[in-house]
Amino acid sequence: MGTTMEKQPQTAPETVDPTVAAAEATVPMVKYTDVKKSFGDLEVLHGINLEMAAGEKIAIIGPSGSGKTTLGRMLMTLDHPTSGTIEVEGEHLWHMERKGKLVPANEKHLHMMRTKIGMVFQHFNLFPHMKVINNVTEAPVKVLGLSKEEAHDRAVEMLRKVGLEEKLDVYPAKLSGGQKQRVAIARALVMRPKVMVFDEVTSALDPELVGEVLEVIKEIADEGEMAMMLITHEMDFAREVADRVVFGADGLIVEQGPPEQIFENPQSERLQTFLRRIK
Amino acid sequence: MIDYWLEWMPLLWKGTVSTAQVTVLSAALALLLAALTGICRLSKFRLIRGLALVYVLTFRGIALLVLLFWIYYVLPYMNIELSKTMAAVLALGLNYGAFGSEIVRSSILAVPQGQWEAARALNMTPAQRMFRIIFPQALIRMIPPFNNLMIELLKASSLLFFIGMTDLVYQADVLRGLYLQQSTQLYATLLVIYFILASMISYSARLLERKLSAGRL
Amino acid sequence: MIWSWEYAWSVLPLLLDVIGTTLLATLFGFLIACTFGMVLAVLGRSRFRVIRWTVNGFIEFVRNTPLLVQLFFLFYALPLSLGISMSAFTTGVIGLGLHYSTYLAEVYRSGINGVEKGQWEAARALNFSKQRTWTRIILPQAIPPILPIMGNYLIVVFKETPLLAAITVMEMLSRAKNIVSRDWRPTEPYTLVGILFLVISLLLAALVSLLEYKMAQRQSK
Repeated sequence: MGTTMEKQPQTAPETVDPTVAAAEATVPMVKYTDVKKSFGDLEVLHGINLEMAAGEKIAIIGPSGSGKTTLGRMLMTLDHPTSGTIEVEGEHLWHMERKGKLVPANEKHLHMMRTKIGMVFQHFNLFPHMKVINNVTEAPVKVLGLSKEEAHDRAVEMLRKVGLEEKLDVYPAKLSGGQKQRVAIARALVMRPKVMVFDEVTSALDPELVGEVLEVIKEIADEGEMAMMLITHEMDFAREVADRVVFGADGLIVEQGPPEQIFENPQSERLQTFLRRIK
Repeated sequence: MIDYWLEWMPLLWKGTVSTAQVTVLSAALALLLAALTGICRLSKFRLIRGLALVYVLTFRGIALLVLLFWIYYVLPYMNIELSKTMAAVLALGLNYGAFGSEIVRSSILAVPQGQWEAARALNMTPAQRMFRIIFPQALIRMIPPFNNLMIELLKASSLLFFIGMTDLVYQADVLRGLYLQQSTQLYATLLVIYFILASMISYSARLLERKLSAGRL
Repeated sequence: MIWSWEYAWSVLPLLLDVIGTTLLATLFGFLIACTFGMVLAVLGRSRFRVIRWTVNGFIEFVRNTPLLVQLFFLFYALPLSLGISMSAFTTGVIGLGLHYSTYLAEVYRSGINGVEKGQWEAARALNFSKQRTWTRIILPQAIPPILPIMGNYLIVVFKETPLLAAITVMEMLSRAKNIVSRDWRPTEPYTLVGILFLVISLLLAALVSLLEYKMAQRQSK
């Protein structure tokens, strides 16, 4: 870092914000390095480089089919990159180091890595055969090994946070889409991940139910500790919640920056067109 | 007519008990094999998948009666002596397990992909994904086809007559020797008994389906 | 040594001798099932409730009772009660055919239900007769998709033919049984019959897959 400073005499060394320097010195929460992804012959991501700091909230926007969802699914270990690497807290996600070489990760490694990651899906994917409370306690008991009481307490706390403590003993089929999605958020939160992917969580909802879900996500964002990757079509929401907005199109990251810059002062032609279209 | 029924009843009842017994035992074996091999066919290990497939193709391909004869008459020559009931249960179980295997496999595959993904996102192990999340949901889908399969199994149990099992058909055959002129009534009665047994299977399947899906729909 | 190739070779011709009976019973049984199954499927959609109930009741009853008992009924009871006397083979073929007609009726039903409702309406709009609607519009669309399922029932019927042994038809299994009671060596005859059934049903299954593949190809064109 120091050498770069010397080459930029216009920036006085004493003006460097110490907290920024400290943040840069620490390992990023998530780091995509030259990640490519193909489905069959079709390459949907052409080499993504992206970093997320601990606790950072980034919104990923862009036209449909630009590979946004794939980006999140790769972090959740649902799709694996065709090439490139993803690191979480400095550790390889899809690879392990064996005798100094990177080899594909085994299930055990993935299992260990996944403890840091959570995800909320577009179509909720609640378990229809379990009541709301069991949807939320299942993983804490079976995966984290918590006692039933402990898991129950944690689950109730989360369900209260999403405003559904009344619905503990209801089956998902009886809930509205917005309620289902809030249960899904509680289910992911209860695992206490360090980074969470929200994959177009309002796209499958009726318009009048979108607000309640976004409200819950905002509250979680305000608590601050967890890094969040918000893949979304809701621009106002992205602007309000995200620390940084990433605009992707045609399998590449075209532009990124603070929300004000992205929305008020877009640089690239592609982003300008995109923003004009959705207005 | 009623007189005849009263006279036939003790033997037909004995036959019914024997038929029901062997059907239940074979059904248990068939369900076990079906679940086991149905899950194995989705294994990521080629060898396990292959073995399960060989089982399914073989036992679906052999005619049940031939399998029964082979188990009952040929196995003793290899020093494997089985009682009639054991031979019957083994033949029916192996045969219907192979058909059930396909039901299990396709029901598991019919559970939406998102369920697997959600289970993985919650960091469940492969075994937990299968047995806590996917299989319970597949189970409900399996009930109607398994209902049909169990009725087929009940019907197939009539073939045990060929190895001299004292089931319903056997007892009716004994009675036919004594009441030649009443063969029509006798076999009509027999058909009705089977129909009632089959209806009992369907009824239990419906109860089970209702119980398992309670509150979910 | 429990297996003698020499003995197996001497038994094989005796078994193949009656393979024709097995195959003919399969063929005729299946044809009856296909034809009568179609009748049941069409009548099951009748405007008249009585006809629908009768047909559906028949289907339910036959499907839920064993073929073997039905064969006994046809073989022992019918001559007594109705005075109809048929050869064992004819009785067997009819029994097989009737039993599986109820299964094929269901298959046809699913095929017919698969035809869009608009096709009926279009036929009516063009003022086609009922018969013409069925034969020229509905069935040509309903049958092709269900051909593979029908093929599977051909295999099922084939594997059920040994039941005819119970009413004295001399097919492969009853021939094997006779040989066993003559020579007291069950291993070779029963194993051979098993292999013959397995081979033929696998062959038929391969044919059905081929048919399925061809149908899929035709559809994608």
